[in-house]
Amino acid sequence: MAVAAAERPATAGRLVAALKDAAGAALLALGLAVPILALRIDQDINNQPVLRPRWDDVALAVALVFCARLAWLLLRWARSGTAVAKPRPVSSGAGGYVAARAFAIVGAVLLVLYPLLMLALVGRAGAIKWIDNFGIQILIYVMLGWGLNIVVGLAGLLDLGYVAFYAVGAYSTALLVHNLGFGFWLCLPLAGIFAALWGILLGFPVLRLRGDYLAIVTLAFGEIIRLVLINWVPVTNGYAGISGIPKPTFFGLPFNASDEGFAAVLGIEFSPLHRTMFLFYVILALAFLTNWVTLRLRRLPIGRAWEALREDEIACRSLGINTTSTKLTAFAIGAGFGGFAGSFFAARQGFISPESFTFMESAVVVAIVVLGGMGSQLGVAIAAIAMIGGTEILRELDWLKQVFGPDFEPTQYRMLLFGLAMVILMIWKPRGLIATRHPSIFLRERRAVRADLVKEGHG
Amino acid sequence: MEYFFQQLINGLTLGSIYGLIAIGYTMVFGIIGMVNFAHGDVFMLSTFIALIFLMVLTQLLWVTPLALALFIVLIGAMLLTSLWAWAIERLAYRPLRGSFRLAPLISAIGMSIFLSNLVQVTQGPRYKPAPQIASDVVTLYQGVDYSVSVSHKQILIVAVTIVLLAAFWYIVQNTAIGRAQRACEQDRKMAALLGVNVNATISLTFVMGAALAAVAGLLFMIYYGVVHFNDGFTPGVKAFTAAVLGGIGSLPGAVLGGLLIGLIETMWSAYFSIDYKDVATFSILAITLIFLPSGLLGKPEVEKV
Repeated sequence: MAVAAAERPATAGRLVAALKDAAGAALLALGLAVPILALRIDQDINNQPVLRPRWDDVALAVALVFCARLAWLLLRWARSGTAVAKPRPVSSGAGGYVAARAFAIVGAVLLVLYPLLMLALVGRAGAIKWIDNFGIQILIYVMLGWGLNIVVGLAGLLDLGYVAFYAVGAYSTALLVHNLGFGFWLCLPLAGIFAALWGILLGFPVLRLRGDYLAIVTLAFGEIIRLVLINWVPVTNGYAGISGIPKPTFFGLPFNASDEGFAAVLGIEFSPLHRTMFLFYVILALAFLTNWVTLRLRRLPIGRAWEALREDEIACRSLGINTTSTKLTAFAIGAGFGGFAGSFFAARQGFISPESFTFMESAVVVAIVVLGGMGSQLGVAIAAIAMIGGTEILRELDWLKQVFGPDFEPTQYRMLLFGLAMVILMIWKPRGLIATRHPSIFLRERRAVRADLVKEGHG
Repeated sequence: MEYFFQQLINGLTLGSIYGLIAIGYTMVFGIIGMVNFAHGDVFMLSTFIALIFLMVLTQLLWVTPLALALFIVLIGAMLLTSLWAWAIERLAYRPLRGSFRLAPLISAIGMSIFLSNLVQVTQGPRYKPAPQIASDVVTLYQGVDYSVSVSHKQILIVAVTIVLLAAFWYIVQNTAIGRAQRACEQDRKMAALLGVNVNATISLTFVMGAALAAVAGLLFMIYYGVVHFNDGFTPGVKAFTAAVLGGIGSLPGAVLGGLLIGLIETMWSAYFSIDYKDVATFSILAITLIFLPSGLLGKPEVEKV
């Protein structure tokens, strides 16, 4: 395109323009950083508030913004020279579907082998940390993400109070254990049932609401449940929480060093690793169960009704679908899986308190579902691994202390980076990481459809 | 009875602060139909900006009359908070305009997490004490066993709120800026065709909301005498409740809703249970949205197919 090339300014001119743009961004960063970053409110020895200047931090932040903006501009410039804009295909054909399926199977196999791989890579002492902090922690969020995906991804009902059902599962497990002496394996299904009942109870009043309003009401319900947990001290023990929740047993064999323990009965040497690995496989099985149920439900009439509801509620109603029962089943089943996850969480931690069930948890799970690509099981799993694993890995970055000095604590930037990642990912891919739809009903050939062609929630 | 009047005064003071924050929610929702989830954290940020500004003026520059210092802080905090809100809208929301409907909400939640953690990282997780300002008390009525009194800062809060709301109301009703805003609220496409710069108008809406949130932030800092990085979420949700209760999109509604929420919260704490005061607010939010989605003064939303 000769015309386009002629219109393009000379290289030097573009470089100056890029520098100017980056300088503008740096100026904005300076304006934003000075009021909050430059002076820190501290207390002196007399406990009087004083201001401590930190202009070096401001300079660092401004320099960082300048470099990042310049790098981004130059990268975009370099790309625009080579890439030719071509129309994106409506669907990726059968190939995309097969690739996604193969990726999912490889991922599942890797997950099953993960504890053994870790054992081989870092040895017994290191493996516990990697299986517990990364494996189990991430899988809990994968399971929560898949559970919420039924409500948000399939039925299109934005639920910002999902943590309420997680809390119901955890607290019903703790209370059943302490008041009735039930074991974990009896509590697990009961916790799921209780959470599902709460899902119906809280879903019933919000049937008329959609979109942002629904999100805010569910947020209010989640907060109400947390505040009740804090203030209903005789039952929930308030802020102090409930401790002493027993760990799951292996067909009645506890994982301890006693004679009736798992290790003694099998005649092997006792190691805390057994319990960690067992917990890993329990949550993996629960997560796979969630996934399997969701995939099966999508092919049932109820699953198709959910997806129809997500695309257009009025059309759905005109076609004779009972939207009340459709919404309530989505709430109930999603909540039930949240309850399972909560029950597992209580048993794994051995201690629960309202601190674990703040709005932040709901926001994290919603972020995982939306960033993964609403409705995509694989996308949700990838988003959970990226977001939770990414923030967990900050705990391992002790070498940064050698770069930034001993005061530097990478973990305190965990949620800061999480929030930033949410914004950046949304702008980069508003439809989520995996933005294709795999219709469960198709003509001749299974195709993946690009999600931005689907208008949803405009009922 | 004296006790009731005392609570009435306290409730109205608290309600003015909620009303100021609620205007930011209601205007943004009115113009682009989005719940600006980060607005509560912008408010929290402004409490810190106000406190730092005040400390700079009193400790480093020795600005003597406190009233002058407070006036400079008010203007400065409004400007700096507006800059933050402008940047947030430009970077996190504008690229998502016209995208699918959940994208801006998720981006706003991310921004809210980012802001509260930014303040935690840069200013530390502790409560920061603010200097005592205008805490003298005027006794209005001396009863037998209980007196009704109003502190200078309560008078200050209500007075500043009334003056700024009047100025704001004038801007929205009688200036070209306000006309552009109301035009965008009714029909963005048509307003653009008639030569209204829609993007600039939306930016301005965020800026005005943030400026009022900064006023609320300064007043909140004076009233409670302490600021904390986590103080954005709960006042934010309460102010949103106020906006919804008054009818979202309606400016007088936001102020009315703020006053009602302030009164309900204070009365609930005074007569029922202080532990469950937030439960009361959240329940009002849920009940209003379920049974009266258009609020007290709002227009009912007609759904077109």
